Amino acid sequence: MSTAAVAQMPDQNASTEDNIVEVRNITKYYGEDIHALDSINLGFPTGQMTTLLGPSGCGKTTLLKIIAGLLETTEGEVLIHGKPVFGPGPERAFVFQDFALLPWATVIENVGFGLELTNKGTKPEREEKAKHYINEVGLGGFEYKYPHELSGGMRQRVGLARALAVNAEVLLMDEPFSAVDEQTRRKFQEDLLYLLANEKKSVIFVTHSIEEAVYVSDQIVLLSPRPGRIHSIIRPEISRDSTPDEIRRDKRYLDTVEEIWTNLRKYLD
Amino acid sequence: MKIFGYDIPPVFSLLIWISLWEIAGQLQLAFILPPFSAVVVELFELVQRPDFQSAAYQTFESFVIGMTIAIIAGVALGFLMGSNRIANSVLGMWVNIMASAPLSSLVPVLMLLFGLGQLTIIVTVILFSTWIIALDTYAGVHHISPSLREMGRSFGASRFQLLTRVLFWAALPEILAGIRMGLIRAVKGIVIGQLLVSVVALGRLFRTFSDNFQFEEFWALTIALFIFALLFSSAIGWLEHKVEYYAATRN
Repeated sequence: MSTAAVAQMPDQNASTEDNIVEVRNITKYYGEDIHALDSINLGFPTGQMTTLLGPSGCGKTTLLKIIAGLLETTEGEVLIHGKPVFGPGPERAFVFQDFALLPWATVIENVGFGLELTNKGTKPEREEKAKHYINEVGLGGFEYKYPHELSGGMRQRVGLARALAVNAEVLLMDEPFSAVDEQTRRKFQEDLLYLLANEKKSVIFVTHSIEEAVYVSDQIVLLSPRPGRIHSIIRPEISRDSTPDEIRRDKRYLDTVEEIWTNLRKYLD
Repeated sequence: MKIFGYDIPPVFSLLIWISLWEIAGQLQLAFILPPFSAVVVELFELVQRPDFQSAAYQTFESFVIGMTIAIIAGVALGFLMGSNRIANSVLGMWVNIMASAPLSSLVPVLMLLFGLGQLTIIVTVILFSTWIIALDTYAGVHHISPSLREMGRSFGASRFQLLTRVLFWAALPEILAGIRMGLIRAVKGIVIGQLLVSVVALGRLFRTFSDNFQFEEFWALTIALFIFALLFSSAIGWLEHKVEYYAATRN
């Protein structure tokens, strides 16, 4: 326990003023008998990266989609800046596991899609903005390529640029790197941290990779399955100033990974 | 096709059949089969005849009007079935029945209902092609990845935007495939319909030629129709090819 601060009371950080997103008493049933989430109370601190981590069936993606407004809750509510929201809104942007790019549109059209839907600015302004974020995610020069001409990692960079372009305060990322190969994934994680340090976004990140969660998160919410409940909340407290390689060799990083694994392995049978 | 390691273009098999036709025609094996060369000569004369031109124009006009209505109705039906479960269970069965029904038998009934003019031809085209367009559109809409819908919604698309900016384009490859099949069916419908009615447009020409044993003219007219159907179908095929690159890359 010395390696990471563990909040044993799951809802102790709910309803603080510093939370940009809060969920209260979220319960979700699919149909009559599939109990996906059970009374989830959680706060997501402003400007921080919170990871929802857990084995399959723990409802992490369900919770994320509820926060996104894409799924309705059976009970409970989602608050943004303390106000309840229903459905999707401009303060949240989603990054999809399977990228969800428009295959008939070029990179620049895909990145500008959110801006275009809400009619923000003139066309040249939108293109300017799209180009800026294409450069930010490291895809400069690929503006007029189509998604099928890009690799998996590059496609997800397009998905990320699209989410950044609408300038939402909260980024919701649903296993964004799971469809990307391991080397690309590591590079992508590093780039993401670097990018987010400049963009000052609050991020809610879903993953099933313990290493990924510990590497990128300020706060890790461990969920237990059937029905999805909060098991514990862990703050890795790893200094972000060191290089990626140093972090991956850091004792606290390794101990936190180990600790989470000990907690999760009992759900695997 | 490859024979002895040489690439044989597909046109070659057509040439073989045409030569066989020519030989059979020259040998006068069957009175319904004049030589191919005579048919080609007739074809050039036929397209200059005013009665052919007006018949062809009338048929073409009905065809275009009918197809336009069929495409709009078929795509709308397909989207309705693809996005609404109740609509699908109510309409699905009927659309399937209509798509596989022997519709030719209905043409005489249409004649009674709509008279012996252009209206009957238009209704025939609609009846023959709408259902397959609806079925293909439905298949297209049904297979759109759920995350694409979620993407539209999460980036603030209204229902209308979701339909026109995401779903329509995502289903476009299937819609075009449906239109091409609908088109081929419509050509069949128009030929069958006009033959059955045989008092309007090309149908009357067909009847006149076969009744008077003018087989050069008869075959020339058939070939003209084939070419017309092929041209239309290739035009849609070309459009399909343009959207193919993304149809193949969807998951």
